[in-house]
This record gives sequence, C-alpha cells and structure tokens, in this order.
Amino acid sequence: MIRTAAAAFLLLAACSGGAEDDSPMAPAELPDEVKQTGTAFLQPETRALQEDDFANPGFLWVDRGQALFREASGQSKACSACHGEDGAGLEGAAAHYPRIDEVSGELVNLEGRINLCRSRHQGLEPLVYESDDLLALTAYVANLSRGTPVSVDVTGAAAAYYETGRDYFFTKRGQFNLACSQCHNEHWGERLRGDTISQGHGNGFPAYRLEWQTLGSLHRRLRDCDSGIRAEPLDYGSDIYTAVELYLAKRAEGLPVETPAVRR
Amino acid sequence: MATIRISAPDTASRGEVIELKAMIQHPMETGYRRGASGEEISRNIITRFECSYNGETVFAADFHPAIAANPFLTFYTTATASGTLEFVWTDQTGESWSESHEIAVE
Repeated sequence: MIRTAAAAFLLLAACSGGAEDDSPMAPAELPDEVKQTGTAFLQPETRALQEDDFANPGFLWVDRGQALFREASGQSKACSACHGEDGAGLEGAAAHYPRIDEVSGELVNLEGRINLCRSRHQGLEPLVYESDDLLALTAYVANLSRGTPVSVDVTGAAAAYYETGRDYFFTKRGQFNLACSQCHNEHWGERLRGDTISQGHGNGFPAYRLEWQTLGSLHRRLRDCDSGIRAEPLDYGSDIYTAVELYLAKRAEGLPVETPAVRR
Repeated sequence: MATIRISAPDTASRGEVIELKAMIQHPMETGYRRGASGEEISRNIITRFECSYNGETVFAADFHPAIAANPFLTFYTTATASGTLEFVWTDQTGESWSESHEIAVE
C-alpha cells in the first residue's frame, strides 16, 4: 500500500517536473477565475457538518474561546475589557492576518497577535502553540470574521515575508521532491488516493479535521503536508510557516473566512 | 474542563416529540494508539451518557472505544411537563460533567 502510494507520488513528481525546470519563466500562480475554497472539495456529508452551526465540532472551541475571551485570570484584565463583550471591535480583523506588528516590525499571525496581546496588555504568559486554549481563542476571534473576504497587505515590510512564503510554496522539497504548487496549483480537483486535492487555501483555519479528531492550526496542516511529501516539518509558529501563511492568504484573497471549517 | 453544547427547545406543547442534541469536547482516546516515540497512549474515554427529565432517565448510552472524539448525540423524548432536562457524561474514572436545560411545557 505504502509502496503503491510512493510510486504514485514519484510518478506525479516525474510527470510535472521536466520541462518546467528548464523554463526561465516564473512559476504560474493560481488564476483568480478558478479560485475555490476547500469546502468545494468536500464530500456532501462533511460539507453538511461544516454548515450546521450546532453539529460542527469546531464550535466546541469557538464556545471555549468565547469563555476565555471574557475571563480575567489573576491580576490581568479580560480580552473583552478592551475588545468588547462580544468582540465587536474585532469583527473582520482576522481576515487581514498575518500582518506586520507595528511595534516589532515583524510578521505575526492571529496566534502570534493573541500571544502579543497577552504579554503586552494582559501581563500573561504566551500560550503554547497548538494548545487547546490558543486554538480556542484563535477560533473564536477568526469566527468573528466569518464571511469577511480574506485581504492582506503584502507591501512595505510585509513584502519580504511574502516573497519568502511564495518561494517556499514553489520550491520542491522532501524525498518526493514535490513543491506545494505541484499539487495545489497544477493538480487540484484530481484524486490523490482517496482524496480530492484541494487548492490549498487556509481560509477555514483553525479547522476541525476529521483525521485529527480535533481542531488544528494552519501550521499543523502545513506540517502534515510537509511530512506527506517526506520533508522535514518546521516548528509550530516558525517564521517561515507564518510567511507561507501570508502568501497563502494573499493567494486566497477574496475567499470568505470560514473558521471553524471542517476538513477531511 | 470540558465544553458542552446542548440544543433543546425552550418551550413545547404537551405530548410533543422534541429533539435533543448534546455534544461534549472529549478526546475519546481508544488505548490502541501509540505516540510518535512508540509509547502507548492510554485509554481515556467517556463510558456513560444519561439524559434525565425531571429526574427520570429518558435516554442513556454506553460508550466504547470506537466512539469518535467529541461525541455528538441526537435523540428524542416526549414533552410531558415543565421542568429540567439534565445531561450527564461520566468517564472511565468516574469523573463527570453535566449541563441542564429548562423547558416550559404548555
């Protein structure tokens, strides 16, 4: 089984390598007119689960995030003390992440922004990446932007991060020698074993993946993709993954935020 | 702390069949898996769910390792009188979580 899968990967790599390698042309971006959210590639049952606001298990984290948002622990003030009881001030905000943090000049994603808020304004320790509490807060804040089209700034200080992310996306890596673009730009909509290959947009994350049986961040998804092509996954919260997140957000621009999405 | 989600009507007419939905955040770890370094991940599951209506059990379920994480149940009962629906989950160690919902029956 594994050998068959490996052969299929190698075949895929072999088919889509070759001519392009010698080409001086820049790699092709996904055309806007074919852009589709990951939801479009789901089976009807999974899609129904995502669209039912009660049955969607991602809402367990959104609910938990809302409770955490309103909770003041120890000496600190609650998130809601600044952002409003229902987070009204944050509606739409998540659609513009990752973005440059004006104080440090570095790129931060939503998880990073929440942790900066904790250390700068709440006097709290940052939450561990991929911990249930950070996922819950991220899911809650992202859910406040549900339906808002993704739109990120890739000019100024963000431009270099964007290039880093773009470069990662188009670079072949791992034992299978595959680039993200080979599956998600060139073969989306086709089958890879039991799955339909999506276009690789991050607009539903943090998302509940049935395979994980839990909610997970986009970085966890990127780690899965990297290990899938037998490349070394990067650390959670790594600068490069955050840069990839920026590139993906620009690439997904115009698609609505769907957090918490349900994925296979 | 486990997050619980309940969907139940606030009002119903006497004799009406009402739909109840209950979900709890729980890993439902089977005990059959191993971690990244080969260590056994020990079993951690909810074994019992009960729903009572004014103290009387109207629905109960025994859970086993094949139940998925974050178990979600939908079931039905007949609205008989105003009162309290109580949903209780108990895990293998006896720890339990509960949530209640008030219903008015006319």
